[in-house]
Amino acid sequence: MRPTLLQDDIRVPITSDIDIVYARQKGRELASQLGFSSSELALIATAISELARNIVRYAGNGAIVIKLVERGEKRGVHIVATDEGPGIRNIALAMQDGYSTSDGLGLGLPGVRRLMDEFEVVSKNGEGTTVTIKKWLR
Amino acid sequence: MVVPILKQGQYLIASIQAALTDADLLKMRDALAEQVGRFRSRGVIVDVTALDVMDSFAARTLSDIANMIRLRGAETVIVGIQPEVAFSMVQLGLKLEGVATALDLEEGLDYLDHKTRRINRAPNPFTR
Repeated sequence: MRPTLLQDDIRVPITSDIDIVYARQKGRELASQLGFSSSELALIATAISELARNIVRYAGNGAIVIKLVERGEKRGVHIVATDEGPGIRNIALAMQDGYSTSDGLGLGLPGVRRLMDEFEVVSKNGEGTTVTIKKWLR
Repeated sequence: MVVPILKQGQYLIASIQAALTDADLLKMRDALAEQVGRFRSRGVIVDVTALDVMDSFAARTLSDIANMIRLRGAETVIVGIQPEVAFSMVQLGLKLEGVATALDLEEGLDYLDHKTRRINRAPNPFTR
């Protein structure tokens, strides 16, 4: 079942570190309208921050789109991070905990997946990456 | 947003007031490393009570700060990590290993007093 949109989505262009802060604040603001707890809002904001940082770091620019959606009885927040950067060469490797291409921090996508209920990454070498994450209200 | 750094006796207190960009975090790191020398501080407190998000970059920068300050001969303690921030850090896998933390400013000051007591009170072996 496709989720239906509850209201207009918010699109935040991501080009610099200031946009990372703005995107996560917007995400928190929008998600709080659904009644997420403060812990869940922190998870959502942190996930947005990580995805936005990946855009700045690996692609240079892209966008974060935040929507409130409904699927059956469930309501939630749906976040799409897109860029037209170099793409992820090996997604399976990037999804392993402890793997990072730039700073050796060993976090990133696996961490973001743990923060959210649903996670999907689509990437084409040379054509960019789209990460879609969802958190449902309990 | 520039993080104000207050000098309190032998300690420096960096009091984060609002959300910080990556560049702000790096500025705070460099300012602390410099001021610890300028003021000959024994300890540094970074108060993150106002932060509602601690992502991988912020955690790594705090860890870098603690390591740099240690190399400069002083102690660092991070205070005021909020419960929901701690929860998301754990979920993300950020542990701040090797970095001292305390509940709030008061506990942080206690920690530094305890940690630096030995240094302060050790008798100088070259004087009688």
